[in-house]
Amino acid sequence: MALKDELRQFVTDNFMYGKPYEGFADDDSFIERGIMDSTAVMELVAYLEKRYRIAFDDKDLSPDNLDSVNRLVRFVKSRVQPDFTGACDAGRIALRT
Amino acid sequence: MCGIAGLFNLDGVAVAPESLRGMIRMLSHRGPDDTGFHAENGVGLAHARLSIIDLAGGHQPMSNEDGSLWITFNGEIFNYLELREELLGRGHKFLTRSDTEVILHLYEEKGEDCVQDLNGQWAFAIWDNQRRRLFLSRDRLGIRPLFYTQANKTFIFGSEIKAIFANPGVPRELDVNALDEVFTYWCTIPPRTLFRNIHELPPGHSMTVHADGLVVRPYWHHQFEKPSGFVDSNQEQAYADQLLDLLVDATQIRLRSDVPLGAYLSGGLDSTVTTALVKKFSNAKLRTFSISFDEAEFDESAFQKEAVRFLDTEHQDIRCTKNQIAEVFPNVIWHTEKPVLRTAPAPLYLLARLVRKSGYKVVVTGEGADEMLGGYDIFKETKIRRFWESQPDSKMRPLLLRRLYPYLQNIQNQPDAYRKAFFHIHVDRDLEPFFSHIPRWQLTANLKTLFSDSVRREIDGDTGHTKIRSRLPKSYASWDSFRQAQYLETQYLLPGYILSSQGDRMAMAHSVEGRFPFLDHRVVEFASTLPVSLKMKVLNEKYLLKRCAAGLIPPSIAKRHKQPYRAPEACSFLQPAAREYLEALLSPEQIRRDGIFDAPAVAMLQAKFRKGAAIGIKDNMGLVGVVSTQLLVHQFINHFEGRMTSHGS
Repeated sequence: MALKDELRQFVTDNFMYGKPYEGFADDDSFIERGIMDSTAVMELVAYLEKRYRIAFDDKDLSPDNLDSVNRLVRFVKSRVQPDFTGACDAGRIALRT
Repeated sequence: MCGIAGLFNLDGVAVAPESLRGMIRMLSHRGPDDTGFHAENGVGLAHARLSIIDLAGGHQPMSNEDGSLWITFNGEIFNYLELREELLGRGHKFLTRSDTEVILHLYEEKGEDCVQDLNGQWAFAIWDNQRRRLFLSRDRLGIRPLFYTQANKTFIFGSEIKAIFANPGVPRELDVNALDEVFTYWCTIPPRTLFRNIHELPPGHSMTVHADGLVVRPYWHHQFEKPSGFVDSNQEQAYADQLLDLLVDATQIRLRSDVPLGAYLSGGLDSTVTTALVKKFSNAKLRTFSISFDEAEFDESAFQKEAVRFLDTEHQDIRCTKNQIAEVFPNVIWHTEKPVLRTAPAPLYLLARLVRKSGYKVVVTGEGADEMLGGYDIFKETKIRRFWESQPDSKMRPLLLRRLYPYLQNIQNQPDAYRKAFFHIHVDRDLEPFFSHIPRWQLTANLKTLFSDSVRREIDGDTGHTKIRSRLPKSYASWDSFRQAQYLETQYLLPGYILSSQGDRMAMAHSVEGRFPFLDHRVVEFASTLPVSLKMKVLNEKYLLKRCAAGLIPPSIAKRHKQPYRAPEACSFLQPAAREYLEALLSPEQIRRDGIFDAPAVAMLQAKFRKGAAIGIKDNMGLVGVVSTQLLVHQFINHFEGRMTSHGS
């Protein structure tokens, strides 16, 4: 599965219970569209840490990195380790989408 | 405190006694001490009594001397002794010592304006035989409930909807637009209820029913004064003295009772103040009651113990577990008669059960102080957001956001950048009147993604909040955001959730009456004149109350940060006590059959809880909302007859 698809799927399943909000686009802000409540960022971070083995610094925890599907894709791509295969708890992912 | 019900056949056909009996049987929990019926001229009144005042003489329905007026009354009129004196002076003759009879004579004297003189909590119906009309009224703030419907040529009313449904001719259908309201505002906007064609008489309203139709009208409005200027320390002291005088009197008249009274003591400021005031006028050792939790984030028992020591009360506590919440939750929904988004009513149900088992029928509590005197976090949040909005580029102003919700670990743990993003909420110009509440309403409304496609198509989707907007008082626009927030809380959440789902319904499920000094209308009206700076001084909530209560309560309680009452949320449904009903009501097949929610979405939400991945406010409200709605449909629509049989037995 492409990285963008996988991230979009995670956000849809976890924060919209599998039903994307009407017109949900990859640049939509999760906060502005009410997709994530004020605590959901922790869930998102836990997922990214586990799924992509990303170690977060405090400065990483910013809407600039995490507040839309496209921002997530950019952030994950910039931080994922070169040897990451995507096999930790799911199928392989294609980093190039 | 009691249950009332009645029928009015507008075509004059005599009311069948068994109809009245069937209705009042559904309200037996509200009044287990006595039942009474009266029928004449196509009208029937019924009453289930919880005897509190004039134990021997207060049987209802009650008539005046010549039998031209009959009343069925739920509630208390706390100034009945003063009113009685006045009426005696005008030549009225009383046969009982009850407050019920005072209403009848006051109606004789003043007609429908009689309600203006009442200080209390009430829902009543008076049959005026000479004018052949039924007059119904509900107290100013909506402490006591009253519902009605018209089926064919019969007007039907009751303290609870289940009494109305006891009439086989009344259809039981869910109103999906009411569901839409609950999943936005946490409550319905009266007269709407969860059921089509079942109406709620709004707080502060009366209605008249006669053969030609019915008229509903307000008799009281909650108004705020325009903002006032600087308050010096002398004025501040004068305000504090005035508030204390009012609270003392409001409490004193609420101690009028022929049975002993207890008090709820949560460990917070409000109930400690009311308990201290009750204690001031009680000769016997005062009984107090509280809830504690295993989870430190909800538990306030350390403060409760401190208040008990300071006030020297005889205290009982119920330790509430998640499994108990799960166990009683179906009964909780049977009594709320609407979905809830928090489990918070359940521990209050358990607390009322403890009170009743301890032999008490009446408790004084601190409800209303947060709304009237500025205690809620939503007021603080509004103040900070406005302050920040006036200088949006300020680096310092958003730091105040750290002062919000200190008791919510998840919010406290979030990074500053996120905190800023979440509270930097853009409110469209059009929605500006609701500046304070838009974040809460939008967060809640996002849960509607759980609705089925057919429900989503059917709901009106009042995203402009036009129903609320159309009822705003003319002067609303001239109030600051703080007062606007207070108005919205008092008008909607207070009667629609706090006083009903957490208040009347949980207490009356166990025949316990709550009394609320902060909701004395004189206190409410006085609080509405206070400058905002006395309600929340900078970010110090309920400042004036703290000032006037100094010396009455332990200093540590006066100083502590407000911790709103909360309980373990949807994780309670993972407990064994919920397994059976969750399997039945949340199975994909049942969800599809009932058609309200989207089965895969509900399955996904449940799976998230089972994995332990659901930690957010939205998920918690979502699951509690789904479970409570499914329980409501199960008990009131799919299987009402079975529930009716078990309730009546």
